[in-house]
Amino acid sequence: MAIFIRPLGRWVLNWVQEAGAMLLFLLQGLALAFVPPFRPRRLLQEINLIGVKSTLIVLLTAAFTGMVLALQGYYTLRKYGSEGALGSAVALSLIREMGPVLTALMVSARAGSAVTAEIGIMRITEQLDALDTMAVNPMQYVVMPKLLAGLIAVPLLTAIFDVVGILGGYLVGVVLLGVSSGAYFSGMVQSVVPLDINGGIVKSLVFGLTIIMVASFKGYYTEHGAEGVSRATNQTVVLSAVLVLAWDYILTSFFM
Amino acid sequence: MIKIIDLHKSFNGQAVLDGINLEMPTGKITVVIGKSGVGKSVLLKHIIGLLKPDRGQVLIDGVDVTQLKGRKLQEMRRRFAVLFQGGALFDSLNVFENVAFPLREKTRLPEAEITRRVHERLEQMNLSPEVANKFPDELSGGMKKRVALARAMIQEPEIILFDEPVTGLDPPMSNTVFHLINKTHDASGYTALVVAHDLPEVFQVADYVAMLHRGRIIAYGTPEEIQRHQDPKVQSFIKGEVDFLED
Repeated sequence: MAIFIRPLGRWVLNWVQEAGAMLLFLLQGLALAFVPPFRPRRLLQEINLIGVKSTLIVLLTAAFTGMVLALQGYYTLRKYGSEGALGSAVALSLIREMGPVLTALMVSARAGSAVTAEIGIMRITEQLDALDTMAVNPMQYVVMPKLLAGLIAVPLLTAIFDVVGILGGYLVGVVLLGVSSGAYFSGMVQSVVPLDINGGIVKSLVFGLTIIMVASFKGYYTEHGAEGVSRATNQTVVLSAVLVLAWDYILTSFFM
Repeated sequence: MIKIIDLHKSFNGQAVLDGINLEMPTGKITVVIGKSGVGKSVLLKHIIGLLKPDRGQVLIDGVDVTQLKGRKLQEMRRRFAVLFQGGALFDSLNVFENVAFPLREKTRLPEAEITRRVHERLEQMNLSPEVANKFPDELSGGMKKRVALARAMIQEPEIILFDEPVTGLDPPMSNTVFHLINKTHDASGYTALVVAHDLPEVFQVADYVAMLHRGRIIAYGTPEEIQRHQDPKVQSFIKGEVDFLED
């Protein structure tokens, strides 16, 4: 029995230890946002890297997600003669769930892995040490702007996702399947309440911070050369996706 | 004066530094030689405070670096520059921005003055003005080392640490880098620690040489004294005869 329990215990202890270290890493990074020197240019660079460069993939994902939701929703609602509720079904699904979650997963796959690789390479090529020796705090120069950029860019990308998804749903539901345009939008206006929008915003903020925290942490503590960077990048994508889905359940139950 | 007293450091129970005692006189170039993997770079990282020892002291003008934290450690580091083994140039910045980086971060100099100083340093390193717009991945190994040396020199530090400055370079480029170290040292008079295993080339820059073996300094003296040293381990290493460290 002990042969199974010992490794399990060790795994749990390591996991708790890493979770604690990650949380401290996040708090330290965020606290440095209030300490001079302030580097707005670095923040803009990171918003470009994490946000702007993720826009295309978010647009594509959003359009197809909205289209699929409309298609599935139309055939389900038609059974009950409720095609008019298609707009609210698409909008609620996107704003409450699909928008924040799929945006976060896309950002994690594209920008999260890039952040880990970038910081990991800086670690193994001693660029982070070089900053330290120049009396420039690498946490403040490299990590903090990325955390803030995640906090700013992911909610904005989620908003774009929601709008494009709703338009994708319109294209399929109204243009292709013949649902009334007025019913599509009026159903949406009546059913979406501020709590839905606020819930989506809170989710996207939490997801953005989680993804960049994991990505930066894994990169910052990379070891063992190129293989280590590859492993860290892989771990970032897997762990941030799992955490996003776990957070999604917790936050959804909170905003129900 | 940099003074290292009884410095110990272990990784995973394996002693890498096992009681290092070493003095580096002000304004002189001290070279630490030894086989790859004996802990030369670890020693260097203790001097700049990137690693904390298990025990022992690193005194710089009487102040123990191992006890410094936060702002005081940062202030101490402003006296230093480090030339890392691979150059450690920032990939996202071009050559000009890399060399200007310490000035932009740590001084309030006007941009025109920064530009003047950067170009002056690049010229001192025999780098053409066109190199300024290139990114690190567009440079040869020798150019990277010279750009890194320009960045290290830009704030005219009191102390420069060189971590394997010519590793991976061909002999003419190695000689060029050593020549540049000599040239900048003559001009600025900084205190330097060079860790290297490139013999006999490294003797051309050394005022003093120390040999690191199994975590301890086993020989110390001027280049001439080291070359005449009686210890067979030192002689074998200098002559490159046998891999005695494996015994």
